[in-house]
Amino acid sequence: MDLLEYAFMQRALIAAAIVGLTAPAIGTYLVQRRQAVMGDGIGHVATTGVGLGFLLNTSPVWMASLVAVIGAVGMEHIRSRGKTSGDIALAMLFYGGLAGGVMIINMAGGSTATLSSYLFGGITTVAPEDVWAAVILAVFVLAVTVGLRRQLFAISQDEEFARVTGMPVRALNLLMAVTAALTVTVAMRIVGLLLVSAMMVIPVAAAQRVTRGFAATLSLAMLIGVLVSLSGVTATYYLDAPSGAAIVLLAIAVFVVMTAVSAPLARRRAKAARAATEEVCPRDDVKV
Amino acid sequence: MQSTPAQAADQPVISLRGATASLGSRPVLRGVDLSVHRGEVVALLGANGSGKSTAVRAVVGQVPLTDGELSLFGTDFKRFRSWSRIGYVPQRTTAASGVPATVREVVSAGRLARSRFGILRKADKAAVERALALLGMEEYASSSVNALSGGQHQRVLIARALAVEPELLIMDEPMAGVDLANQEVLANALREQKALGTTLLLVLHELGPLEPLIDRAVVLRDGCVVHDGPPPEAVGQHALPGHDHVHPHAAHDAEPLRTGLLS
Repeated sequence: MDLLEYAFMQRALIAAAIVGLTAPAIGTYLVQRRQAVMGDGIGHVATTGVGLGFLLNTSPVWMASLVAVIGAVGMEHIRSRGKTSGDIALAMLFYGGLAGGVMIINMAGGSTATLSSYLFGGITTVAPEDVWAAVILAVFVLAVTVGLRRQLFAISQDEEFARVTGMPVRALNLLMAVTAALTVTVAMRIVGLLLVSAMMVIPVAAAQRVTRGFAATLSLAMLIGVLVSLSGVTATYYLDAPSGAAIVLLAIAVFVVMTAVSAPLARRRAKAARAATEEVCPRDDVKV
Repeated sequence: MQSTPAQAADQPVISLRGATASLGSRPVLRGVDLSVHRGEVVALLGANGSGKSTAVRAVVGQVPLTDGELSLFGTDFKRFRSWSRIGYVPQRTTAASGVPATVREVVSAGRLARSRFGILRKADKAAVERALALLGMEEYASSSVNALSGGQHQRVLIARALAVEPELLIMDEPMAGVDLANQEVLANALREQKALGTTLLLVLHELGPLEPLIDRAVVLRDGCVVHDGPPPEAVGQHALPGHDHVHPHAAHDAEPLRTGLLS
């Protein structure tokens, strides 16, 4: 394995493993509350943060984190009010964030290649300080998604019920939004801002093809995430393609395989359920 | 304000006085009085749109009151924190969400009202198993809730509320969309809760198999209480004024709506 001799590849693989763990971890909760699009929105908004980082000559990762957190808290605010006009407000936020980011990066003199590496990921772009930032952010993300899994499960499963148990639902919702935002910036370098949502959703979708429980889905999604991230980055080394594209295509391949594997399983379960309930009407009782 | 045990005994568990609430600009509760005493089983009846669901959601703080007073267990609602004394079954047609979850995982979520920092100890796990057993769901404990029938979903939602081991159980239409066999299971579980001294407030469309359990019925019409006393004769919503026959239906996998004999 000659690729491990390069320092940039070591950094890329560490970052990929972190992305593979964290993105499906928060993604499972987003999918559970049918908010998969949230990760996509945060990614769009974070582009503005990257642009500001360039413009102000500060670290794009920390600037993107800051803007993503502000954006995510704003989205959570719109969501919790539950108005139908919220959709339009979210669209403004998403596309305003993306357009603003592209504009600022251009103004700051960034090249198309730089922009592209942020939007679709790249393995040569992971700087040593990026690895440290990713490790620190990932520790926080995993502490929340694994440590508070029962609470986050409860609020995502039935928010009204959770409020009546006396849980601090509003605080937990905000924490979840912040965690999702930080996951996006963790994943930014490797999978890119436009593809980060795929890593939050596809491993979860693949896992739930074969799982029955929440804890099992969460763990299997994280396992799938790590496997496709590491193999995607490795493939990128040989193919010289954007790493995000390779990782996402691999994740989709895993989803297709899991679906194929689970189809006979689902058929057998459905058959058993039908056999248990199928009874023929007693004809004798019918009075004419 | 701590009350002496003697006072607590005759203090209503739920006291709602002159409650008004609106959804959007439409007034839904227009001065509702409702008190429920310890150990009582009270049914809240009324046609669709009469405000019965809004009334119980106001009691658990999920609909803000525009006027009136609410106290739970003798404590003013603003200062009420003892949520572990209340088990709540919201109006749902399903216990499923976007990701598979087992029956035990969903029921365990109810226990969070009593566990610190979401850590389930031995006693908490035992309470979850007891709740599963009360509703006859032990054999489904490791199954996905997605694979359950409508009546079984309702049993899961009630087990989730019972996992709290509440003194007061509030249920919003627990019988909606539940077949007869499952209605019997639910009625038995509630009978056991009543025997244990649990106070029950039930929003119902019709009394059905729960009729023998009900101590008192409160009937709402257009956001006002029109009856508060023994369950009305010729019970069920068909006997209520302004009755229109509209049932809540599940969004998916529900039976097709049959509008006529031949359609």
